[in-house]
Amino acid sequence: MSAADLAHNCLYYMSLMREVEDRIERKLYRQGKIVGGVYVGRGQEAIPVGTALVAEPGDVLFPSHRDMAVFLIRGVTPGRILAQYMGRAGGVTGGRDANMHMGDLNHNIVSIISALAATVPVAAGAALALRYQGKNGVVFSYFGEGSTSRGDWHEGVNFATVQKLPVVFLCNNNQYAYSTPLSLQMACANVADRGPAYNMPAEIVDGNDVLAVYEATRRAVEYARAGNGPYLLECKTFRMTGHSAHDAAHYVPKDLFEEWGKLDPITRFEARMLAEGWGTQTEIDELRAAVHREVDEGVAWAEQSPYPDPATLLDGVYESS
Amino acid sequence: MSTTYLEAIREGLWEEMERDPNVFLLGEDIGAYGGAFKVTAGLFERFGARRVVDTPISEAAIVGAAIGAALMGLRPVAEMQFADFITCGFDQIVNFAAKCRYRWNASVPMVVRAPSGGGVHGGPFHSQNPEMWFVRTPGLKVVAPATAYDAKGLIKSAIRDNDPVLFFEHKALYRRIKEDLPTEEYTVPIGKAKVVREGTDLTIVTYGAMVWVALEAAGTLAEEGASVEVVDLRTLLPLDRETVCESVKKTSKVLLLHEDTRTGGMAGELAASISESVFEYLDGPIVRVSAPDTPVPYSPPLEDAFLPNAEKVVEKARWLFRY
Ligand SMILES: Cc1ncc(C[n+]2csc(CCOP(=O)(O)OP(=O)(O)O)c2C)c(N)n1
Ligand SMILES: [Mg+2]
Repeated sequence: MSAADLAHNCLYYMSLMREVEDRIERKLYRQGKIVGGVYVGRGQEAIPVGTALVAEPGDVLFPSHRDMAVFLIRGVTPGRILAQYMGRAGGVTGGRDANMHMGDLNHNIVSIISALAATVPVAAGAALALRYQGKNGVVFSYFGEGSTSRGDWHEGVNFATVQKLPVVFLCNNNQYAYSTPLSLQMACANVADRGPAYNMPAEIVDGNDVLAVYEATRRAVEYARAGNGPYLLECKTFRMTGHSAHDAAHYVPKDLFEEWGKLDPITRFEARMLAEGWGTQTEIDELRAAVHREVDEGVAWAEQSPYPDPATLLDGVYESS
Repeated sequence: MSTTYLEAIREGLWEEMERDPNVFLLGEDIGAYGGAFKVTAGLFERFGARRVVDTPISEAAIVGAAIGAALMGLRPVAEMQFADFITCGFDQIVNFAAKCRYRWNASVPMVVRAPSGGGVHGGPFHSQNPEMWFVRTPGLKVVAPATAYDAKGLIKSAIRDNDPVLFFEHKALYRRIKEDLPTEEYTVPIGKAKVVREGTDLTIVTYGAMVWVALEAAGTLAEEGASVEVVDLRTLLPLDRETVCESVKKTSKVLLLHEDTRTGGMAGELAASISESVFEYLDGPIVRVSAPDTPVPYSPPLEDAFLPNAEKVVEKARWLFRY
């Protein structure tokens, strides 16, 4: 892929994620069309984009709750995602589960459960299976810095490193877990500091620089795919919203929002594209318009999708039922 | 040559591993050591480290990794060293494995084996019967065999099942019971109870090690002229209410027996089902014999007092006959 094509992809998916989530959080949620809670990754788009663009079709991804772009990059349509948030039959889980709790093995995406870090040992098991089956796939395991406090995280990472499994552990360190700042979450300064305890390479990267994330992910994935074992990538970023749509984040000092607002991954990358000559302002404007149209179509598709039929309530608890 | 309950489980694992290259085992000390109870002895030598995976002491990782591998199309069989430690992997079982199919139509064909039960003086943390924590989790299947025949047939069915199955194997039965098993291959269906002794005057519904207690009690009661039918549930979820209710229709009296503690035990659910479906056939109250609501005590006189036994069952049955 040429540098310009890669840049175009990066900008396209970051913009699409931003637009899908803006539409969900700022429009549909306020219109009362979204059922349940809404968590977005505004300001963190470079992380799911820079990582998932590295994934091969046979790789298996475990996106967490601020990684919307992973779904888009793997080909899940905005319509299905929006229908998911509206509890419609056309949503990824057909109304069985809410918001980003969605998975689709046709796209090699495994759904999270609510319990944070529970996917980490599951990701290790998926990697074990890929190796067992003689496939050279890599598993992408996503989580926030707060989730690394959980026992499941440590059990999963320990098992994966002991077994030298092909997993890349991808942390978005947005410095808050709900209202809890990093300093009350862990005694070390960086999530990457946890790497040496597991004899696992750990790298810190600017999580608001999509190409830096992309390049670091390539290193991590190459390492894991070659059979060296897991690799931890800590992407430093900032949560530019409350924890969820109902949280005004009064506990976050205002100047932090201002400081990090200047590092917005999309604005920054547009400037870089122009400076590097990877695209023109006209192209960027066209891309933005195309993203708008795509999300408009997605919303229309989702809104015409029916609600699930209550007669299906009992279906699918077991294979035969 | 007769086969113990423990050997029957091993044979079931062995045959399924020979039959299907996607079947593999994971757990603590299950490899060269052969497992705490030696259930997996010899499998490591036959199938190697790729298919008999020794893990760190990490129940959440063991269950979680089994889920991940199952999602990718393998058929993992995870071992909990003792059923008591299954709590450390509880979230993975009840929130992850159990709900995958309903939430997003993903199959989790995994088995979690859990050596459970008392009578071995194991104390509060090596004797529990944690099955009911899972029986009330839709999406799981829960089996608890009482015989070597069923243990082998059910572990094979569990491995072939496309839903997550918890397999509670009773420690006290491991080497205590044996029988001649068919030389030809067989499986035992999940979800089907079995009438293990026919009778006309009283039905005892039970499962696991208590099947043997029920049979002993039925023998004693027979000497007193009472004809007792014993139903072995074999599977606890999904529950075969039909076989239970059919038996109650025949005998009109029912005694529910389990080694698990009383409140929230299987007997409560059975009593409700019997009352809803065949109330008019009953000619006496539905009675229970179970462990009391305490942790499992360690010292032999205390544990003996805790566990249900044939005497307690006979006494309760006599009371019911007098009713
Ligand atoms: C086991 C568990 N405990 C608590 C919660 C509630 N909860 C949801 S998100 C969240 C904060 C997560 O922080 P982090 O891992 O840093 O991810 P971020 O939201 O910052 O991306 C909490 C406490 C949960 N989902 N799971
Ligand atoms: Mg965070």
